[in-house]
Amino acid sequence: MPKIKWTRWSLLFVVTIVLVSLSGCASTNIQSWLSPSGIIAKKQLSLLTYTSWLGSFVLAAVIIAILTAVFISFKKNSDELPVQSHGNVAVELGLIVASIALVTAVAIPTIRAINDLRIDRVPVEDALIINITGYQWWWQFEYPDSGILTANEIHIPRGKNVIFNLDSADVLHSFWVPKLAGKKDLIPNQRNQLWFATDENTPLGIYYGQCAELCLGAHAYMKTRVIVDSPEDYQKWVDSFTTKYSFASNPEVAKGKQLFTQKGCAACHAIKGFSSGSPDKPNLTNFGLRNTVGAGLVASSKDNVAAWIANPQAMKPGNYMPTLWQEDDPNRDEETQAIAAFLLSLGKEGETQASMGGSNGN
Amino acid sequence: MAISSQTARNLGNKVLIRPNSQTKGIVSWLTTVDHKRLGIMYLVASFLFLFTATIESALIRTQLIRPDNNFLNPEVFNQMFTLHGVTMVFLAIMPMGTGFANFLVPLMIGARDLAFPRLNAFGFWIYIAGATLFYSSIFLGGAPNAGWFAYAPLTSLSANPGNGIDFYMIGLFLAGIGTLSTAMNIIVTIISMRAPGMTLWRMPMFIWMVLITMFLILFAFPPFTIALVQVIMDRTFGSLFYVPEQGGMPILWQHLFWIFGHPEVYIIILPAFGAISEVIPTFSRKPLSGYPIMVFSGMTIGFMGFAVWAHHMFTTGLGPYGEMAFAVTSFVIGVPTGAKIFNWVMTMWGGKIRLTTSMLFAIGFLVTFVMGGITGIMVAISPLDAQINSSYFLVAHFHYAMGGGALLGFMAGFYYWFPKFTGKMLSEKVGRFVFAFIAIGFHTVFFPQHFLGFLGMPRRIQTYADGYGFNTLNFISTMGSYIALTGALLLAYDIIKTMRSTDRKAPNDPWDARSLEWSIPSPPPVHDFDTTPVVTGQDTFWLEKYPQFKNISNKEEAEITKLSKESDKHGIHMPGASWWPLIAAVALFFGGYAVIYDNILLGLIMFGLLLFSVYAWAFEGVGGYYVKLDSDGGKQ
Repeated sequence: MPKIKWTRWSLLFVVTIVLVSLSGCASTNIQSWLSPSGIIAKKQLSLLTYTSWLGSFVLAAVIIAILTAVFISFKKNSDELPVQSHGNVAVELGLIVASIALVTAVAIPTIRAINDLRIDRVPVEDALIINITGYQWWWQFEYPDSGILTANEIHIPRGKNVIFNLDSADVLHSFWVPKLAGKKDLIPNQRNQLWFATDENTPLGIYYGQCAELCLGAHAYMKTRVIVDSPEDYQKWVDSFTTKYSFASNPEVAKGKQLFTQKGCAACHAIKGFSSGSPDKPNLTNFGLRNTVGAGLVASSKDNVAAWIANPQAMKPGNYMPTLWQEDDPNRDEETQAIAAFLLSLGKEGETQASMGGSNGN
Repeated sequence: MAISSQTARNLGNKVLIRPNSQTKGIVSWLTTVDHKRLGIMYLVASFLFLFTATIESALIRTQLIRPDNNFLNPEVFNQMFTLHGVTMVFLAIMPMGTGFANFLVPLMIGARDLAFPRLNAFGFWIYIAGATLFYSSIFLGGAPNAGWFAYAPLTSLSANPGNGIDFYMIGLFLAGIGTLSTAMNIIVTIISMRAPGMTLWRMPMFIWMVLITMFLILFAFPPFTIALVQVIMDRTFGSLFYVPEQGGMPILWQHLFWIFGHPEVYIIILPAFGAISEVIPTFSRKPLSGYPIMVFSGMTIGFMGFAVWAHHMFTTGLGPYGEMAFAVTSFVIGVPTGAKIFNWVMTMWGGKIRLTTSMLFAIGFLVTFVMGGITGIMVAISPLDAQINSSYFLVAHFHYAMGGGALLGFMAGFYYWFPKFTGKMLSEKVGRFVFAFIAIGFHTVFFPQHFLGFLGMPRRIQTYADGYGFNTLNFISTMGSYIALTGALLLAYDIIKTMRSTDRKAPNDPWDARSLEWSIPSPPPVHDFDTTPVVTGQDTFWLEKYPQFKNISNKEEAEITKLSKESDKHGIHMPGASWWPLIAAVALFFGGYAVIYDNILLGLIMFGLLLFSVYAWAFEGVGGYYVKLDSDGGKQ
C-alpha cells in the first residue's frame, strides 16, 4: 500500500528532526536553562522534566490508539457497515476520571512550587537588594545598600539571596537570566520583584541573559551579564566603587580623558569622581571591570570599544547614542582609541582587577 | 413613519437601483446577500490572507536562518511578525471559521439563509474594509510594529510616533464590528431557523461548536473594543489611559487584551473542532462518539476560556495566589479538551476508516493538537512559565495549538466540503502531497523551536549572535517553513486546476456523509432546499440512506413531516440584494482614515454617509423574489 510507504518516510523524517533537536541543545548552552545553576532554575527544570514525561506518555497513548484504530480497520477489509455505536459510557467516564487524575498530578507540584518560590517569604534583611530600571535598550542597576550605580553587568555574591526591584523608564522589558531563574517583566508605573538563589553548587562565573519582552528597535541587542562571585571577590568588587580614584597618567588615557569631556560624552555618562552625566544614561564608573560594551553586545576589547564609540548605529541599529564623528574625520580612529583607553582604565588600578570572574557559567 | 419610510425608499432607489434576481456579474457579487456566495467570498479572502501570512513567515524565517543576518532590518522585522500575527489571527483563521459557518450553517440546519442576510453582507464588507485599511499601512508610512497583541506602552505616541499603530487599532476595530454582527446573526439563525425536527440535541456537532464560538465572540470582543478605543483616544485626542509618563497604567491593556485574547484562541479552534467532528465520523462510517460529552465539553471550554486570561501574564507579577488561581483554572480546561480528543479517537475505534486527504488532515490535527495541549499545560505551570514565557518554546506551543491545531482542522474541513462549495472534486493524489508537505513542513518549523526556547532564545528578536547554540535549530526551522510554503503553493495550484477542469464534477454526496448539506446538489441551488427537510434524528441524512438505524416513532415523524409541508406552503422567498451594507462599510472604511489623519471634514462626510446608508437600508423594504419550482423540482 503506497500510503504506508510515505508514512514510514515521514516518520523517519520526524525522528531525525527530534534527534537533531536533542543534539542541538547538547552542543552550546551558555544561555540554556536545561543546565541550570541557580536553585530557582533547578526547581523550574524539575517541573519541566516531570511534565515532559507525563506529556510524552499521553501523546504516545493517543498516537498508539489512532494507529491501532487505523490498522484494525484496514485488516477487517469488508464492506459491511461498522457497528453504529454512539460511545461507551464506562470508557468515557473512565477516561474523564483519568484526565482529572492527570491534571491533579500536575496541579499539586505546581502549587507547591509556587509556594516554595514565593518572594514574599524571602527574608529581606539577609538579602542583597538590587534595583533594576529598564531603558531602551540597556539596563540600569542600583545597589541601594552600597550606593553602586552601574549598567548592564552586575556582580552578586554566591550563597546570598538577591532580591531585584524591577522598574521601567519607557516601555516593557523583561529581565531573564535563564540559568539562574525565570524572567519577570519590567513595567512602567508598576514595581515588580524577582529573586535569585544560589548555593555552593552554583558555579562561579558569568551568566548570560537578555531582554525577553519586545521593546522595539534594538530589542535583540539588549543583553545582560550576571557575574556570580565568591563572597570575597564580591566584596572586592564593591570596594572598588568606594576607593578614591586617581586616573592613570599614561598619555593616551590622559588624552581620552580630555576628549571624553570635549566631545560631550560627559554630558550623558556619569563616572564617579569625574563626571556627573545624566541619571537616565548608562553610568560608566569602573567601566574597565566590565566584560562587554553596548549592553552585552561585544567583548570590551579596546578595538571594540573604540568602534562602538565611533559608530554606535553600525553595531546596534536604533540605539540612542549619538554619532560624534563624521565618516571621513581623519582624527576619528585616534580619538576613539584614546577614549576607549581611558574608559578601559577605569577601575583597573589597585587590587580590583582580581575580582574579575573569569570563565563563563560552565 | 409611513411617509418617512416611503421617502427613504424612493430616495434610496433613486440613488442606486436595487439589484434583483436578474442582476448578473460583478454587481450581483457586490450586492449579494446569499449566504453561500458570502461564505465563498469569506473563504477566498481568508485563504488569500493565509497565503500572505505564510509568505510573511517565510521572510521572518529567512531572516533567522543564520546568526547576525541582515536580510530584514529590526524595524521591518518587527513589522513583519506583527503583520504575520494579525493576519493569521484576525484576517485568515478567524474569518475562515466564519466562512465555513456562513456557507454551512443554513445547509446543516435545513434553512435557506441566515436570519439577517443584509447584516451578513455588511459583516463581510466591514471585514474586508478593516483588512484593507490595516494592510494599506504598508504604503502609508509603515505597518504596525508592536506585535499582534500590541502591548502598551509600545503603542503610545511617545514610543511609536508613526501611524502604524493607528492602522492596527482602527483596522481591528472595523473588522471587529463585522465579527460581532455576524456572531449575532448566526446565533439567531441557529436558535430560530432550524428545520422541523432539528432539536438542539440533533444538531450536527459543527453547528454546536459554531454556536458556542459565536457566543464567545459576543462576550470576548467588547473588552477588546474598549481597549482599542482607549488607545485610539490616547493617540488621537490625547487621553492618558496608557501613557506612563502621565501616570497611565500600561498593564490594563494586557488584562483587557487577554480577557479577549484567550477566548479568541477558542473562537479560532472551536469551529475547527466542529469540522473535525464531521470529518472523522464520515470517514469512519460511524456516529460521533459521546455526542453529549462533546457538546458539554465545548461549552465548558468556552466558559472556562473567560477564567484563564491572566495565565498569559504570569511574568507581570500576579503574586503567589494569583498564579495558583490562574494555573488551576487553566489545568481545568485540559479535562474537557482531553474528553474531546479521546472521543474523536473512540469514533475512529472500530470504524471503517478511509484515509482520504481530509481524514489525513484530521489525524494530523489530532496528533498536533495533543502536542499543543501538552505544552499548553506546561505553560500554565506558572513557575515553569517564568522560563517559557516569551521564549521560542511559547512560539512553538501556540503554533501547535493555533496553526497545527486550528489550521490543520480547517484543512480537513476544506477538503471535506470543497465539493459542496464548488461542485468540483480536489485531486486526492495531489492532496496526499499537500498534506505531506504541510504536515512535515509544519513540524519541521516548530518542533525544534521548543528546544530553542530551552536554549534561552527569546521570541521577537530580529537576530541572534553566534555561540549561543541557536544556529542549527534555526536553520532547520527555516527549511521547514520552505517545505510548508511548497505545500501551500501545491494546494493553490490544485485549487486553480480543479476549478478550471470540466471532468471533476462532484456528486451530491461524494463521501457517504451524514448531515443535511449532502442531501442537496453540489454546489447547492440558490434556494438551498427544494422542500424544507424533515429531520428525524442525529445524522439525519445518514438515517435517510440507512433507515434501519432510525429511532423515531411514526407519530413524531408524521408530525415533523406535516410541519415541513406547512412551512413550504407560502413558497420559497429569497431575500433581496442590497447596496447599503457595502456602502455602510465603505463609509466606515474612509471614516477610519479620517480618524487616523485627524481629518474632521472627511469624518463628518463619512458619518453622514453612514447615517444615510443605514437609514436607506432600514427602509428599503423586504424586496427579494419567489423561487418557483417546476414539477421535477427544478428552478424555472
